[in-house]
This record gives sequence, structure tokens and C-alpha cells, in this order.
Amino acid sequence: MTRFPGLRHLVAGAAAMAVVAAAAGGVQAADKVKAAFVYVGPVNDNGWTSRHDAGRQEMEKALGDKAEKSAFVENVPEGADAERVIQQLALSGHNLIFTTSFGFMNPTQKVAQRFPNVMFEHATGFKREINMSTYNARFYEGRAVAGLLAGHMTKTKVIGYIGSFPIPEVVQGIDATTIALRKVAPDAIVKVIWVNTWVDPGKEADAAKALIDQGADVIMQHTDSSAPCQVAQERGVWCVGQASDQTRFAPKAHLTAIVDEWGSYYIKRAKAVLDGTWKSEDVWGGMKDGFLSLAPFNPAIPADVRAKADQAVADIKAGKLLPFAGPIKNQAGAEVVKAGESIPDDKLAGLDWYVEGVQGQLPK
Amino acid sequence: MDFTAAVLLSVIAAATPLLFAATGELVTEKSGVLNLGVEGMMLVGAVGAFSTAAATGNPWLAILVGAGAGAAVSLIFAFLTLSLLTNQVATGLALTLFGVGLSASIGQGFVGTPMRPLPKLAIPGLSEVPLIGPLLFGHDPLVYLSILLLAGVWRFLYRSRPGLVLRAVGESHEAAHAIGYPVIAIRYGAVAFGGAMAGLGGAYLPLAYTPMWIENMTAGRGWIALALVVFATWRPGRVLLGAYLFGGVTILQLHVQAGGVGVASQLMSMLPYLATIAVLVLISRDATRIRLNAPADIGKVFHPQA
Amino acid sequence: MLLRLEPRGEASRAMIWLTPVLSILLTLTFGAILFAALGFDPLRALAAYFIRPVSTLYGLGELALKATPLAMIGVGLALGFRANVWNIGAEGQFTMGAICGGGVALIFHDTEGFWVLPLMALAGIAGGMAYGAIPALLRTRFNANEILTSLMLTYVATLFLSYLVHGPWRDPKGLNFPETRMFNASAQLPGLLDGTRFNLGAIVALLVVAAGWLLLARGFIGYQIKVVGQAPKAAAFAGFDQNRIVWFSFLVGGGLAGLAGLIEVAGAIGQLHPRISPGYGFTAIIVAFLGRLHPVGILAAALMIALSYLGGEAAQIEMRLPLAITGVFQGVLLFFLLGTDVLIRYRVRFGRPATSRGG
Repeated sequence: MTRFPGLRHLVAGAAAMAVVAAAAGGVQAADKVKAAFVYVGPVNDNGWTSRHDAGRQEMEKALGDKAEKSAFVENVPEGADAERVIQQLALSGHNLIFTTSFGFMNPTQKVAQRFPNVMFEHATGFKREINMSTYNARFYEGRAVAGLLAGHMTKTKVIGYIGSFPIPEVVQGIDATTIALRKVAPDAIVKVIWVNTWVDPGKEADAAKALIDQGADVIMQHTDSSAPCQVAQERGVWCVGQASDQTRFAPKAHLTAIVDEWGSYYIKRAKAVLDGTWKSEDVWGGMKDGFLSLAPFNPAIPADVRAKADQAVADIKAGKLLPFAGPIKNQAGAEVVKAGESIPDDKLAGLDWYVEGVQGQLPK
Repeated sequence: MDFTAAVLLSVIAAATPLLFAATGELVTEKSGVLNLGVEGMMLVGAVGAFSTAAATGNPWLAILVGAGAGAAVSLIFAFLTLSLLTNQVATGLALTLFGVGLSASIGQGFVGTPMRPLPKLAIPGLSEVPLIGPLLFGHDPLVYLSILLLAGVWRFLYRSRPGLVLRAVGESHEAAHAIGYPVIAIRYGAVAFGGAMAGLGGAYLPLAYTPMWIENMTAGRGWIALALVVFATWRPGRVLLGAYLFGGVTILQLHVQAGGVGVASQLMSMLPYLATIAVLVLISRDATRIRLNAPADIGKVFHPQA
Repeated sequence: MLLRLEPRGEASRAMIWLTPVLSILLTLTFGAILFAALGFDPLRALAAYFIRPVSTLYGLGELALKATPLAMIGVGLALGFRANVWNIGAEGQFTMGAICGGGVALIFHDTEGFWVLPLMALAGIAGGMAYGAIPALLRTRFNANEILTSLMLTYVATLFLSYLVHGPWRDPKGLNFPETRMFNASAQLPGLLDGTRFNLGAIVALLVVAAGWLLLARGFIGYQIKVVGQAPKAAAFAGFDQNRIVWFSFLVGGGLAGLAGLIEVAGAIGQLHPRISPGYGFTAIIVAFLGRLHPVGILAAALMIALSYLGGEAAQIEMRLPLAITGVFQGVLLFFLLGTDVLIRYRVRFGRPATSRGG
């Protein structure tokens, strides 16, 4: 049974560790990885958190006896509690800690500064330390393919988009969808409803219904439950799922889903801890890095459209198709990205405007 | 289906879980008991219904189990508040905490299980009449049940002798006890009915509204149901009105957003709550009307002196 | 009926102290059975819940940090509850206090000064009070039920905070994520003990508990509250103004909740973001009743509830005990704590009613 060291040991230990870390210049190879995960939602939410947990399990399996049983704490509030949970995980001997929500950024940083010999990995944030990396997935790459599919499948030329919160990741998704959509269907528009929650099946269903009532025949979602797809199925329109494959909830309506894949990254980082090669990095992985995939396309999609989508996936992986390649116009119709250029990563990370074709104003 | 009918159908579906739970809580409160555990009872009802439907494939049995599960946990509340004389506000809040945890533990194995929604009533010919067709004949059975039960509650409370007794108990337990009515037994019944109705409201979510199970899927609807009872000043008819009004404002703000109106979505989401407060203030200004319907002994502890 | 309660002549002094012990023993027994039934080692689980979190100084600091808002809000609410004023909206008042106090920190983000923190505290109190004043006004002026209005206003406050941090108050360097900039050093509560998060807030909470105690024991308004709560007719006869009690309850309850909100953001969090409170305002209602509406009892209850949260985390880390089980366990703990209180004023008898025995 691990015991938490008393404060005196803790302070002395931290000081000693700091000295060692300074001498060794950061990282030493570890005999075993003892990983821990801090989750913002319930571990089986069938969405964001379950996908991280699937990655955790893949990692444990891949490392075999090189990994001690990993720990996780679910439903951790993003307020004052997060720092304690992270600290307790560091104190109880975990040497690689993943914190998987944006709201854990500052607490992770605070604890990372106190435990130089523990490696921290924060998902979706932008603050780093010598022992704290950040990682995220280029979800918008999947959205670009979804936009292409939607452009081919829509008859009403109206796409409904359910947003959670107007943060850059979600805005990237809306814009990437719209750009790809209008390459196929230049007059199509995207209507957006913000529901101010990541998971509330009832509200997501209401939003899907409202969008369908306003003419949308493809429902996209950047929320976690399968409710929008179920509504789409019932009302006979298309949908694109998020986080995990929702096919079994809506076999007829489900065009595809943007599926989060964290396993390969978690395995890589755990191995880096074992080798002593772990370095603080800022990783923004796309489809070619295995950070996301698309759920199997609906067989009802015509073969030529499926082929185009497959081609788009291949081109994105090869770097030939850039989802934010110009020319891009903003809502006012002004060209803000010229042909031959593309929105660079640093601008993308703080994206806060809609492209032409999105209806309504982005809440500021 | 035309636009108006479609929107109204959404409103009715959004209002139905609220209507079930609020109708039940109305009866509980009319008997003089304030049970703030609606959210917890709804969740237990929801998980009970979903797990039954998933295991047996029988939606009717699932509805029954949902109601039974809600009633069962409400009896914990009844025992504590009525037999052990604990404070009702605190016990109700504790019941919600308990219900959230219990439903999540039971439901762990059911996340990610799809479910066929309850079939909609469809009468050939009638259901296709524009507007009126879908509005009258286009719902799932639970929608009709919610309205029937509300009507039944109205009839029970205001047109039957047992209903009169129940109201008398809520009005003054001392007096009702002196006349010889079994105050505690009647309140047990009222709490259990409230629990069963909350269970039905909860069951509506995974059986009809969004056919799946997920932790905390009521997402605060139990609290809205509680608010509706006060909003309705303890009148069944106004519960119906309030539930549909709340559902209406909720759906409306989504349509305004989808229409591209540039107001921050957070401010839009405040609308249903602000509207509730505004209407409540308007209704409550007339103090005598409130006092006419509010059970006078609500929330008070009763222990019959021998 | 099999189970019968006979009133005691007066509250049992022994039971006042015995019932918490009894309910904890019952909870431990229930917990052991529950954990064993689910395949967890019961002794290890109970140790994880109740001993591990407080076995270090760091853990004690965390306990204080978690209990601080619960105790402060609980004391404020208890004053109102004693007078049958039902402020269910402390969560909203907490949020408003955090917004107003945090707003001051943001205005003076590039100014250092000893006066920043006191000004923030005042703004936090004022924000909570102002937000508590709304249901008070609606109740006294328009007769609107305060349970409902204060609850509805909680949703509004949470959405307002979300609006601010997504929009006008967003950190200009924060890549449009929903959070404000971090408060500067003079806008953050100083830590009191290195290696822990023990801060000034815990001291303030203790002062609030003491003040609440004094007010109820000695103050005239405390006396009025008691009378209004226990014998409204007598209070009316004595000329105590019911509306004044409503206003007092909401202003004090709201002000303390607001201060608690400010302490939370200026202490442990250091910025504003959409999820500053994991439901402190609601949990504090239970805390108030567990503490029998007495400030010292509330302090004990706040510590107890805080411990159960910390224990839930420890049990997850150590044994992978699902959080949902913690919820069940907490619920049962509350049921026992509330339920055993009956023994203070009643004797439990089994069997048929005896002839009346005066009481």
C-alpha cells in the first residue's frame, strides 16, 4: 500500500528531486511507467472521456509488464479540486500524468512546477513546462471530409451544426466543414446552434430538431451524445457523429463520425518515459499521426462520393489537401486568405471568426 | 409535416418529462410535503426503465419499472421525513445526491446501448391532416399518459373525497389528525405517487425522447419541474401551461439562434429562467390567490401527539 | 405501527453528541457491506475514504480548502432557514460574488497594492448581497416564492459568468479559450503554510462561524430570527417585521456566499472560468441542516462532507472505486446523519403504543 509522505518528507523530497533534475537536465529512464489520467467526465460517457480511457487501455496492453496498473479519476471538477487530484496522483508515485480537459491547464502547470520528475501531458491547452507537454488532435481534418460528404448528400443546401462552446476547436470544425462543403455545393449554408454544454442529450436533440425544422438535412455536432444522430434517423436526414462511432444509434442516418484516437500517442509517450527520451513538446496530431479517424462511411453514400471522401482522407494524410487553404472569404465576403496560402497553426489555435457560408454571428 | 406542427411537436416532447414530474410533485406538495429530490428520483426512474427495456425489450414493462423505481426511492425520503421527522429540504437534496450516484452505478453497463424509441401513435388518415393531425395523433403513448394523469390528478384533488382529505392534510395536519385522518399514511401515499410520477418523467427520457442511457441525463429537469409547481401556484391546469410554456421558450431560443440572430447564446439560454421569474412575479402579486392554493403546512414536520 | 416515537421531555444532551457517532458507525457498517458486495476490500476502502485524505499536512490543507466555502455559505443560509426563509440560490450568489470580486482583480490586473484584495472582498460581498437582494425584493414586494426565484437566478448567474469569460472578459492572450487572465499576486490570497493550499480563506471561515454563533446567541436580530422561525404568530404579535427578517437573511446569506465565491477564485483558482463551483451552494444547504443550523455544527458538517469528497478521490486513485459508488455512499451517509437526529428529541419504541406518558 502506498502511503502519502508527510509534509517534511515531501518538501525535502521535492527539493532533492529538483536538484537531481537540474543535474540530469530533466529526464531519466524509468523501469516502469505508472500512468494516471484525470478525466473531466464519467469514464463511460460514450464520448470524449471514454475515448481517452480507450487510449489508456490500449497503452496498458501495449506496454505489458512495463506498465504498472494505471490510475484514473473521473468527473473531476475544473475548479479548485483539479489541482488536488493531480497533486495526489503525483504524490502517489505516478510518473506520467495525463490531464484530459482544457480546464485542467493551470492546475496541471502548478503541480508540474512542483514535481520536476513527473511528466505531465495536458490535452488541448497551450501552456507548457519542461516536464509538461500539450497534445491535441486536428479534429478539423475530419470535419473537412464530413463537409465534403455533406455537400454531396444535402438536397436542401442547409447544414445544421450543433456547437458546444465557441472555443477555437469548435470554430475550426465549423469553418473547415463550411469550406469543404462549399467547394462541392457553393450555395450551401451552415446554421449553428450553441447549446452551452458538452453533454445534454435532451438539449442536443432539441437543437437537432430545430435545425431540421429550419431546413437542414445534414446534422453535424460538436457535442458528445448520440441524441442528434438519433433525431436525424427518426426524421430521415443525415448526421455526422462526434468522438466515437455512433452507427449503432443511427444506422440509416450516420454518414460517418469523427472518432478520437488517443491510444497511439499514449503508447508513444509512455515508451518515451521508459527510454528516458521524453521531452516537453507541443503535439497537434492529425489523421496521418493516428489522432483521429473517420467511422466507416454509410453504405448508402454513392460509391463515387465515398471514393472522393477516401481520396480526401488520403490527400489530407499526404499533406496535399489543406483544410484551411485559400482562397477563404470571411462572412463579409472579403478574401482574408489568398489562394496559395493557408491559415497557419498559430492563427488557427485562436480562430475566432466564421468563413463565408456560416449563418449568424460568432458569439464574442 | 409543416413547420408549425413540427415545432409544436418538439415543444410537447420537451415538456412531457417536466409535466410528469411536476404533476407528481404537485400531489406530494398538496399533502404538505416538499420533496426536493425530484432530480434524483427521475434519474432512478430513467435508469430503471432503460435497463428493463434493454434486458427484456418490453417498453411497457420498462415504463412500469421506471415508475416503480421512482416510487421506491421516494419511500426512503418518506421514511426519513415522515417517520424519523427529518427536515424535508435537506432530505430531498440528499435524495438527489443519492439518486445521481445510484442511477450512475446501475447504468454503468448500459452506456452505449442503443434503444428503439417508443412508437408514435399513427392513425391512418387522421395523422396526416395538416397541423391538427400530427398535433393530436402524432405522439408516443407517454405524451397522452402525461395529460391523462394530469387530468386524473385534477379530478382526484378537486372532485373526489380522498382528494379533499389529501388537501386538508396539507392545509393543516393538526386539524386533519384531530378529525381522525391518518396524516402520515396519506403523506406516504402522496410521496410515493410523486416518486412514481418523477420515475415516469425520468423514464420518458431514455424510452422516448433520447433513446439511450447516459449518466445524469436529466440535466436539471427535476429542478425545473419543482419550479413549475410553484410557478403554477399548485394548480394542475397551470402546471400544464407552465410545462408547455417552458418547453416553448426553450425551443424558441434554439430557433432564434438557428435563424442567425447575433445574441450571445448564454444570454439566450437565460430566457426560460427569466421568463419563469417574470411570470411568477406577475402571478404572485395577488397574495390572496397564492394563499388560496398553496398548502399551508408545506414542509412542516408533523408528529401526532398521543 | 411497529416503530413509534415518543417525545422526550427535553432534548437529550447525550444524544446531541451520540447521534453523529451513531450515524457514522452505521455509515461505516453500510459502507463496508456495500464495498465488500462490490468486490472491494472494505477496510482498505474505508481507510481510503476517511484516513488517507487527512494523513498528511497537505491533505489537511485540502480539507480546509474544501470545507471553507461550505461552512461560510452554510452559516449564512442557516440564519435564514431558522426564520423559514428559503434561500436555495446560494450557488448563484457565490457565482456573483466571484464575478464582482474577480472583476475588481481584472480591472487592476496591472496594479499592485495591498488594497486590491480588500477591495475585491468588498466587491464580492456586495455582489452576493445584491444578487440575494433580488429574491428578497421579489418576495417582500411582489410576494414571489423565494425558493423558486433564487433557484432560477442561479442558472442565470452561471450563464452570465459563462458569457463573461467567453466574451468580454476573455484573456486577451488566452487564444479565445473561456477563461480570464490569471489574477496578479496582490489579487490572490496569500498562502499560510508552505507546501499546502491552506490560505486566509480558512481563517475567514472560522471568523464567520464565530460571528454567526455570537449573533444567534447574543444578538437581538438572532433572537428575532428564532422567534419568527419557531412561532411566527408570536413574532407578529411582538411586532417583529417579517420583511426585515427576509431582507436580513438574504443579505447575510448572499453576502457570505459572495465572499465565499471571491475566496474561491482569489485563493485556489486564481482566475475566472465557467466552472468555478462544483455545486458548493447546493451542498451547503445540506451542510446547514447536518449542522442542525448551528454554526459550530455547520463547521463540523462542512469538514465531514469535505472529507467524503476527498475520500472519494482517494478511493478512485487507490482502488478504482467508481465515483458513482461514492455518490451512493455519500447519500447514505447523509440519510444516516439526518435520520438519527430524531433520537435527540424522541425515544424510539417498538411494538404497540403504550398509554400516553406525558411529554
